[in-house]
Amino acid sequence: MLIRKKRLGEVAANEITDYQTYLNRRQFLNGAALAVSASMLPLSMAHAESEPVPTFKDLIKSQYSTEEKPNSFEDITTYNNFYEFSTNKTYPAKMATKFPDKSKPWRVVIDGECDKPGEYDYDDLIRPFSLEERIYNFRCVEGWSMVIPWVGFPLADLIKRAQPNSRAKFVEFTTLYDPEQMPGQKRAVLDWPYTEGLRMDEAMNPLTLLSVGLYGQELLGQNGAPIRLVVPWKYGFKSIKSIVRIRFVETLPLSAWMKAGPKEYGFYSNVNPNVDHPRWSQSRERRIGEFLKRKTEMYNGYGEQVAHLYTGMDLTKNF
Amino acid sequence: MSKFKLIIFIVSLVPAIWLTIALVTNQLGANPIEAITRETGLWALRFLWLTLLITPLRWLTGWNSLITIRRMLGLYVFFYAVLHMLMYLWLDQFFDIDEIIKDIIKRPFITIGFVTFTSLIPLVVTSNNAMVKRLGGKRWKKLHQLTYFIAVASSIHFYMLVKQDKAEPLIYMALLILLLGVRIYRHYQKNALTIRTSVS
Repeated sequence: MLIRKKRLGEVAANEITDYQTYLNRRQFLNGAALAVSASMLPLSMAHAESEPVPTFKDLIKSQYSTEEKPNSFEDITTYNNFYEFSTNKTYPAKMATKFPDKSKPWRVVIDGECDKPGEYDYDDLIRPFSLEERIYNFRCVEGWSMVIPWVGFPLADLIKRAQPNSRAKFVEFTTLYDPEQMPGQKRAVLDWPYTEGLRMDEAMNPLTLLSVGLYGQELLGQNGAPIRLVVPWKYGFKSIKSIVRIRFVETLPLSAWMKAGPKEYGFYSNVNPNVDHPRWSQSRERRIGEFLKRKTEMYNGYGEQVAHLYTGMDLTKNF
Repeated sequence: MSKFKLIIFIVSLVPAIWLTIALVTNQLGANPIEAITRETGLWALRFLWLTLLITPLRWLTGWNSLITIRRMLGLYVFFYAVLHMLMYLWLDQFFDIDEIIKDIIKRPFITIGFVTFTSLIPLVVTSNNAMVKRLGGKRWKKLHQLTYFIAVASSIHFYMLVKQDKAEPLIYMALLILLLGVRIYRHYQKNALTIRTSVS
């Protein structure tokens, strides 16, 4: 039985910051920043190990954020599907504490059908973009959901800089392949490396986010550090983690899950309560922290922004 | 109840007590409902495999009084299966009969799970001594061979519900093949022996 024993000095779930305390603390810090010199701040914040330490300042509030109450930092960082580490949802949090290896630079390749391809260090990659906080609903294909305050920038901003040409119809994303750092890759649970794809108009949609953090701090390993995709109207597995390559392509790219189960996982994988997974219903979901299930909304509640992308398409076939 | 039986009785309750404590003290992670559903199902499976281990263990060790705990282990299969089923009926479906019926018809792994659970009921009902007497040893034994079907069906139920990483259900299936295999092997060996003795 997999029950997590509380280690000495570990903080219990109910002592971990919820979103309100996080906001209050940020307010306090903003106030404190006036009194204390900004360079002193990181020091004053480095207290408890497991507390979210805000590392991003002056995040832009987004009009796309939901009004719903975010899940706790603890929930978001301990319940993760990240098969590159383990197929057990509680393990990535324990196994990815040192991921990614800080001694190796994180490089991201942008290539394929574009005029400005390139290879960037993580810092150089994100420097040009202004970071926002976006509180999004996150719906897993397994039937559970969370509300997550992401930090990131629109993928569209990055795409514009890469200047895709007229042959670029899709964008393909690839996760790092490094079994030494990601021991789950030693087992052929999926066809590594993990890949995902979006149609160009989906990738350019203002909701589509490249995320580098959550709860105001840098992403932890288990959440897909240092940079991941967030596509809130699609099932969670579309939001590929720990990206090392973004490629513009002419033909529909096959994703890792399409290869694993073509009848169960389609290219679009839009959240749709009317189209079930072949083995289970998608009409309802369990919001983490809630007792009873709630109804799943079409496009995870983002229909207003994305329904037009799929007009005229048979969503039962294009699942 | 003998001391041995009492110990087995208490030890078999440990997973349930453990789960309860873990739930109350917030140790089941972000999705405790999923954790309890999974764990109660797994414990039903484990107790079922244990009941199937009794006979081969008796052959192997000659420790025949092991048979006295088999019924109790079998009832624990039902105990954990009831908890597992309740989690589904209550927290997955909120006792919505229409939804439950639709689900049972539409989802093969639910269908199998449901058939498996209902197959346990006649075994539980006929588990006391009076029923053994009433049915007669032979008929009782025949009925309780349903256990083999239940074991196969529940391992398929487990295999089907796991999303992608089938390693764990495959381990259970391998153990089941071993448990059933030794019975088949012994059956043929016994037959061969009777043929040989009748010839000589």
